[in-house]
Amino acid sequence: MTAVRIPPVLRQQAGNQKKVEVTGSTVGEALESLLGTYPGLREQIFTADGSLNRFVNVYVNGRDVRYEQELATPVGENDEVILLPAMAGGR
Amino acid sequence: MTSTTERQTGIEADALRPHAHGGHARHGGRFPSIVDAIGFTPLVEVPNVCPNPNVRLYAKLEFMNPTGSVKDRVAKYLMEDLEASGRLAPDSIIIEPTSGNTGIGLAMIARRKGYRVAVVVPDNVTMERRQLLALFGAEVIDSPGHLGSNGAVAMAKHLVEKDARFVMPYQYGNPANPRAHEETTAEEIIADCPEVDAFVAGLGTGGTLMGVGRRLRRHNPNVRIYAAEPLPGETVQGLRSLDEGFIPEIFDPTGIDGKFLVSNTDAIAALRELTEKEGIFAGVSCGAVMVAARQLAREMERGTIVALLADGGWKYLSEDIWTRDLEADEDEIDSLNLW
Repeated sequence: MTAVRIPPVLRQQAGNQKKVEVTGSTVGEALESLLGTYPGLREQIFTADGSLNRFVNVYVNGRDVRYEQELATPVGENDEVILLPAMAGGR
Repeated sequence: MTSTTERQTGIEADALRPHAHGGHARHGGRFPSIVDAIGFTPLVEVPNVCPNPNVRLYAKLEFMNPTGSVKDRVAKYLMEDLEASGRLAPDSIIIEPTSGNTGIGLAMIARRKGYRVAVVVPDNVTMERRQLLALFGAEVIDSPGHLGSNGAVAMAKHLVEKDARFVMPYQYGNPANPRAHEETTAEEIIADCPEVDAFVAGLGTGGTLMGVGRRLRRHNPNVRIYAAEPLPGETVQGLRSLDEGFIPEIFDPTGIDGKFLVSNTDAIAALRELTEKEGIFAGVSCGAVMVAARQLAREMERGTIVALLADGGWKYLSEDIWTRDLEADEDEIDSLNLW
C-alpha cells in the first residue's frame, strides 16, 4: 500500500483523513484508488478532460510529478504521495 | 568528512578549471550609495556538504547584500520600475505583500530615496523581520498568519483598491522581478562559473528561477533549473478551496526542470550541517535549497551545481533554529513561516 497525504483543503471530501492508504503502481492509479473511496475529490483534483487541476501539485517522495512522468510516475509500497494546493511562496 | 581521494579530485578539477578570479577577492569596491552596492555577491564552493566527489557544488551567498537577502536586487528593480512608470505621486505610499525580505529591501531603498513604504506581512513571521522593517521606517500591516503569503497578497490588493495613495510594485506579477535576476544574479554566475550545469533556488515568487534560468539557458541551452519549495505546515494552509490557490503571474512552470518539496525540519537539518561543515550561516530556505542541491548531486554523474542561498541566519535566531530538538518539535517547526 502507498500512503497519500491529504491537505487540509481537501479533507472534507476525504472523510477528514490526513492520510489515506491506496493501491496502484503509478500516480494515476494511486489517485484513481483514492477517488474510488472518495469520489467527491475528483472534480477538485482533475479537470473535465482528465488532466491535473493547475492548482493542485502532486509529489512522490518530494518530487513534483509534473517534472517526472506526470500521472505515469511510478509509485512503490514505501513511497509517499503528497497532494498540495498551489499557494503563494514567501519573501 | 571528505576523503583524501575526494580532495585530490577537487584539486585536479581546480587545475582544469581555475576559479574565475584566480583566488583574489573581487567583491567589494567603491559605490556612490548603498543602493549601488547591491549584488556582486561571492560564489563559494561547499565541498564538505557535497555527497558526490565528481560534482562541484557552489553556493551563491546572497546574504552578502546590503540588507542581508537576495531581495535587495528585486527591491532595487521594482523601485526603479515604479519610478520610471510615473505612478509615484508626492503622497504615494508604496505597498507590497511580503513575508519580510522584499519589504526590508524596499524599505531600505525607500529610506535612502525619501519614499513612504507599507508592507503587508503574515502575522507569524519572525520577530527579526518585523524589527528590521520597523527600523527602516516601513509601516507594517498584519495579515492572518494561517493564510500564509496568499493572505498577504489578498490584503495588499484589497488595500490598493480602497485607497488611491497606495502604489504596489507587486513582486509576484512584475517582470522587473525576474529581470533583476536575469541582468544581475545570472550575469554574476556566468562570470564566476561559466561551466555551471545546474542551478537550484527556492521557489517563492518564482523571480529568481525565471530570471536566472532565462539568462543561463542563453549561455548554455542544456543548463537545468531546479526549485526547492517549502512543505507548508498544517496551520498555514488556510484555503477554503483549491480555487483560492495562487500561482504567481511571473512564474511559468515550464521554465524549470524539477521541483523538490522540503519540510522545515529537513531544511533546518541541512542548514545546521552547512554551518557546522562549511561555516556558512544561512536562512531556512537555504537549507531547503541545499537538500535539493545535494539530491541533485547524488543523481548527477559529474558536473557543477550553483545553489542560491537567499538570506542569512540572523533573522531566524529568535526561533532557536540551531539549537532546538528537531524531532520533538517537528510539528511546531513545520508550521512556522520561515520562508
